Amino acid sequence: MLEFLARRLLVALLVCATVLTFAFALTRLGGDLAISIAGPNATAADIEQVRVAYGLDRPLPLQFLEWVGRAATGDFGQSYFFKEKVSKLIFDRLPITFALGLVGLSIALAVALPLGIVSALREGSWTDRAISIVALLGQAMPSFWLGLVLMITLGLHLGWLPISGTGSWEHFVMPGIVLAFSAIPALLRLTRSGMIDALASDYIRTARAKGLSRRSIVLKHAARNAAMPVVSIAAVQLGFMLGGSIVIETVFALHGVGFLAWESISKNDFPTVQAVVLLLACIYTLLTLGADLLNAVLDPRLRAS
Amino acid sequence: MSRLLEVEALEVSFGAASAVRGASLALDRGETLCLVGESGCGKSVTALAVMGLLARNASRGAARLSFDGQDLRGLDERGMSRLRGNRMAMIFQEPMTSLNPAYTVGSQMAEVMLRHRGGTRAAAMARAEDLLGRVRITSPAMRLGQYPHQLSGGLRQRVMIAMALMCDPELLIADEPTTALDVTVQAQILRLLLDLQKDLGLAMLLITHDLGVVARVAHRVAVMYAGEVVETAAAADLFARPTHPYTRGLLACVPVPGKVARGAALGSIAGVVPRLGPGFSGCGFRDRCGEATAACGGTIARASAGEGHDYLCRLPPGWRAGAGAAP
Repeated sequence: MLEFLARRLLVALLVCATVLTFAFALTRLGGDLAISIAGPNATAADIEQVRVAYGLDRPLPLQFLEWVGRAATGDFGQSYFFKEKVSKLIFDRLPITFALGLVGLSIALAVALPLGIVSALREGSWTDRAISIVALLGQAMPSFWLGLVLMITLGLHLGWLPISGTGSWEHFVMPGIVLAFSAIPALLRLTRSGMIDALASDYIRTARAKGLSRRSIVLKHAARNAAMPVVSIAAVQLGFMLGGSIVIETVFALHGVGFLAWESISKNDFPTVQAVVLLLACIYTLLTLGADLLNAVLDPRLRAS
Repeated sequence: MSRLLEVEALEVSFGAASAVRGASLALDRGETLCLVGESGCGKSVTALAVMGLLARNASRGAARLSFDGQDLRGLDERGMSRLRGNRMAMIFQEPMTSLNPAYTVGSQMAEVMLRHRGGTRAAAMARAEDLLGRVRITSPAMRLGQYPHQLSGGLRQRVMIAMALMCDPELLIADEPTTALDVTVQAQILRLLLDLQKDLGLAMLLITHDLGVVARVAHRVAVMYAGEVVETAAAADLFARPTHPYTRGLLACVPVPGKVARGAALGSIAGVVPRLGPGFSGCGFRDRCGEATAACGGTIARASAGEGHDYLCRLPPGWRAGAGAAP
């Protein structure tokens, strides 16, 4: 188990280091930063001044090492556009993003797991087909459209939930539902197929031959073995929700990290872009690591190998 | 001895295909009945039908299906689950995949006891440890905490056997329990089953296609072919006076030291077990039988070849090849 843990941690660190390099390289590939910072009306002298002021005249490897050194201590420098510390920009927005992602994933799991299990138990029935259709709809529905529909129905007509902002937990319900909708199909299908495989296995026949209750057969013996791919995909989905919820953050006026990423990219605010990319990549890596560890808890064979 | 299991005219079909066509068998307490026949003849399906473990797309019917006087036909899933693992237990052909990979040996064994008898987990674990010792697994206390992937096939099958015995069942159904194992391990497992059967007074329904196994353990034998029990007899009687052409064919396939001359050709039965639909009538073996005539397409009555020995063929007891071919 310790060896397993060490190996996974090492891989996670390597991934983060690679992302660090790419995050730096990508911002330098988008053209001369000094020109874009100085703006469209700058003279050649202005540009030169900007270049020196931001340290862009120094050799690239040196800039890289300096950035890495400061990033390691949590200092991502000053934002060019927001005129604030990048770390403060991000940490102000992180709670909103996390709250949204967790609400989204919770709703998705609460819907996808029971429906997936029911679907597997009634494979081929009308219930199964109806659930598949719902999953298909979820996959096909554009999230901005669903967001607007929910705002109109739940927000305007019924007045149950606030339409935008981040004042209370209720503000996160509607965007959470929209986020969940896009995650449900994959989770549901994996739960369904995993449960179908597990239920057809020899150890389930053994469990039945032992006279165990249906509840124990389905939830203890089958679900535990069907859970692994679901855990892995749930971690990836949470990663998506944390980093890729720009559209939903815009529709519901939630100013999270996704929204910040979009703003800083469009403004060529490269210290912020770098930091956001790095942060999201590290979160992703951590989530995958977490999923691997959870799977090792679920399956003793993983711990051994 | 009293009757424990009675099966009469069992029919199992999967859609349009009949897997079992009117099979009958009976098992007394403390008796070992071997169910023999080649692959696809309906042995396993018969066992699963008795246990109520058939797949959802199977349909089961029987004139009689009783366990210790209780009619199993009317029992729902809940009622059957009270019997399974408790009074009737089953072990399977695939020891490698029959245990749940996610739980320890101890917890999988203990849950049988907790389900049917209640009590504490500690008591169930103690019982599990005791039984692991009984099936001759070394250091049983340590095995309780192991996972199936840490055990060999032979050990897993011993665990399956121990698990089946958790609640002291009256009936143990063993579906080819040694087929997937190494030859040396096969003999050990068979010896173990034999000893347990004697010590615990179990009634055992042992499914096998290995006639060597039958000769060693069976009190009585039922030979199955194409979903029917074509011959039943006490084991010694069956080997001495096989009567159904299929039984004779099966026995001819086995080399017996001292009886079959060195270099002599072993018997074989050409063809495979046919897949029969529900409308089929007459003898299911007639297409592969050397003695078949037009009469074999009609209804065949069950005939007696002595005390407790009956068979499903129009030929008289003690027929000789060729001689009985005339209708």
